[in-house]
Amino acid sequence: MQTASPPAAIEMREISKRFGPTVANDRVSFDARWGEVHALVGENGAGKSTLMSILAGLYRPDSGTLAVDGQPVRFRSPSDAIAHGIGMVYQHFMLVDTFTVAENVILGERGGRGLVETAGVERKLAEISQRYGLGVDPAARVWQLSVGEQQRVEIVRLLYLGARILVFDEPTAVLTPQESDALIRTLREMAAQGFAIVFISHKLDEVLAVADRVTVMRRGRTVGTTTPAESDRRALARLMVGRDLAALVEHPDEEPRADGDVGEVVLRLTGLCADGENGLQALAVDRLEVRAGRTLGVAGVAGNGQRELAETITGLRRATRGTVEILGRDATNRPAAEIAALGVAHVPEDRLATGLVGGMDLSANAILRDYRAAPIARGPFLVPRAVAEFTDRLIHEHRVAAPGRDAKARTLSGGNQQKLLIGRELAGSPRLIVAVHPTRGVDVGAIEAIHAQLRQQQARGAATLLISEDLDELVALADDIAVLFEGRVMGVVPARRADREQIGLMMAGVAADAPAERSAAHG
Amino acid sequence: MAEAGAGWRIERVPAPSRTASILVPIASVLLALVAGAILIRVAGRNPAEVYRAMLAGSLGDRNGLAETLVKTTPLLLAGLGVAVAFRMQLWNIGAEGQLYFGAIFATWVALFLMPGAPGWVMVPAMAVAGLVGGAFWAFFPGALRAFLNVNETITSLLLNYVAILYAEYLVHGPWKDPQAFGFPGTKQFPDAAALPHWGTTRVHLGLVFGLVAAAVVWFLLRRTRWGYEISVMGENARAARYAGMPTKRTIVLVMMLSGALAGLAGMSEVAGIAHQLQRNFSPGYGYTAIIVAWLGRLHPVGITVVAFLLAALLVGGDQIQMTMSLPAAVAPMLQGIILFFVLGGEVLLRYRLVRTSPAPAASGEAA
Repeated sequence: MQTASPPAAIEMREISKRFGPTVANDRVSFDARWGEVHALVGENGAGKSTLMSILAGLYRPDSGTLAVDGQPVRFRSPSDAIAHGIGMVYQHFMLVDTFTVAENVILGERGGRGLVETAGVERKLAEISQRYGLGVDPAARVWQLSVGEQQRVEIVRLLYLGARILVFDEPTAVLTPQESDALIRTLREMAAQGFAIVFISHKLDEVLAVADRVTVMRRGRTVGTTTPAESDRRALARLMVGRDLAALVEHPDEEPRADGDVGEVVLRLTGLCADGENGLQALAVDRLEVRAGRTLGVAGVAGNGQRELAETITGLRRATRGTVEILGRDATNRPAAEIAALGVAHVPEDRLATGLVGGMDLSANAILRDYRAAPIARGPFLVPRAVAEFTDRLIHEHRVAAPGRDAKARTLSGGNQQKLLIGRELAGSPRLIVAVHPTRGVDVGAIEAIHAQLRQQQARGAATLLISEDLDELVALADDIAVLFEGRVMGVVPARRADREQIGLMMAGVAADAPAERSAAHG
Repeated sequence: MAEAGAGWRIERVPAPSRTASILVPIASVLLALVAGAILIRVAGRNPAEVYRAMLAGSLGDRNGLAETLVKTTPLLLAGLGVAVAFRMQLWNIGAEGQLYFGAIFATWVALFLMPGAPGWVMVPAMAVAGLVGGAFWAFFPGALRAFLNVNETITSLLLNYVAILYAEYLVHGPWKDPQAFGFPGTKQFPDAAALPHWGTTRVHLGLVFGLVAAAVVWFLLRRTRWGYEISVMGENARAARYAGMPTKRTIVLVMMLSGALAGLAGMSEVAGIAHQLQRNFSPGYGYTAIIVAWLGRLHPVGITVVAFLLAALLVGGDQIQMTMSLPAAVAPMLQGIILFFVLGGEVLLRYRLVRTSPAPAASGEAA
């Protein structure tokens, strides 16, 4: 069989890689053929990223071989991998913020001619962008772009560099349903044109929709390769985690609560405006309320004011107009510490950049909210024993897998970092929780734990503003879903009767009310 | 196509082991001594003899040891000051100027504010003046950074020249001792302004200031809310903002604390050693303090050890210049070599060379 078929685009054999005592990859074999989408699934820490980093030339394997199009290769650096047509789209983008899209692309080119000719590059990028419907403006500066747009920049860049084998590391974690669908169509189209696509994901529905083959990894080893036809998400989930997961089966269909059963208004935004990083208005919310015991989901395409919304409420960004009321008190443009003291928890968009201090140990991270008050502080002093107890309790209660409280936060996996962060934010029984993408990039086990916690908080009576790009998550957790488009609320719909089509239209800027009805009312 | 040849590559070490972080500096110093030996040999001297003389001169006898402790004092104080700022990623390289301003303020107290005060009033008053003087001089780069986002590296560096020249102006002009026959300097301080000495040596109370300051800085950073805020702000400014820490105020205060410690170093130099304000009374302690802070890994204990070792190097260098009549350039050259190797070793600690050899199974068919 092997002699008859054309060589695989990539073939990795018996790859092993250890980091100190940890075996990240244990004799892993993986291949991808030209013209196929091969999904690689597994929990965080299963070894997918390590395997792909080896493919990308970032790490060298301790043993094992790698062949591209039948030719054995050895990569000494990422540029070797790119020279062989292998391009990676990472979760964290490798872009220089202050450069334009075109300049970032030029940066990745080897053997530049000294003088760079931006106009030509921009033209080519525009062409590529158009061909695959990626909508990238080559002259835009990266810091002005949303996460979703930056991802498309990465794709365009790799295509420009001549990549024929594209590896996507959880690409849809940052996308809206529509964007995800569009990406999936793009990937299918590229596969049809002969590209080899490796697609890393936790989202099994997506994997089943996009992949020709699916390989599952668990604890550094491949546990099986299958096809969507031969499998379903329950079977894949079982392979991934070695057990069944309640949350994966279906979202719990609770009875909607009686509408009379509403708590006091915890958060009220009135005419709230704020500017984005580029100095232009990015948020203009007429009116939004969240009541105690309720969860308001916020859906929207990345970069439509979600970050500005969360930051303006939590005191990290100035409101240019309007008011933020928390528990009936005016909290507009109050210092972040004061807002937190009102009982506001904030799970920020980017945990390592904002919510945690990667270079400090877990105890320093655990006390980030509570270091000012007893029992952790006594007057101006910290009480070491109280710090240790607090940290250990957090680690224990939230099942943070960590070597100990002295470990640096950076060394934990994404899921465990998020568990620590959420545990810390919820420790003070907050009245209002502002959670932004709380499960982005974490494994299914952690997603389950985080969702359970948010439900608990809701049941306890906390008001939650849940900003997410995962519509399933919003439907599962929220009572109502508000859709943001260009900083405005396009409409609020009850989550239990959410019509995905309608939400999708609002995300794209089409108003909630059907025009026909409205004209009928007037006519 | 595949470049299967062997080669070398530089890789970042995720976390240097504890053993490595102790062994590497030691190995660096040994290598530096070897390199220095070659140069001494080329200069026609016996390296072993020169080294022996350096060691004997700095640590070998009571006098040498005392001189080493004398030089440890300003390096320790200013090094701690630099480290406090560096912890917060505030690049205060103005310790030299802050040291001068500490000395200027202390001199003003001793000569003009309360020249008749008794020692138990005078010494604390001068210490406070030294702290305030250094803090005053560091306030400007701190405030400019906090409120106008002006790069503190440049402002603090440039203010060094202003401070040094201002001291020069004072000792040549308004504060000049009329009886000094043109030798630039203020008149001698009153006796009450002299820091107590240890026996007949020149080791003075400033060393105690330094050791106490090291303990205070350690406690501040590890056991106080403020120290915690400083560390968080240094590691991740966004997280600090997220946690509601008062960033701007802390920038100014940390710069002032940094300057205050350097100012105390300046005060202890004029009150402990010179007993007057002279021009160029500091041979660049404020700059050497930056090296002390780095090599001491911004940790008070490390800084104390490194301040002592660098002081020994300075004293040993002076010694061989005098006793072995080596050319004046040899001592600073040796100091330079040692620093070069130690700093190079620091880099090796964080990065490593990795040999990239062809993988056995893959090498065969590679084109």
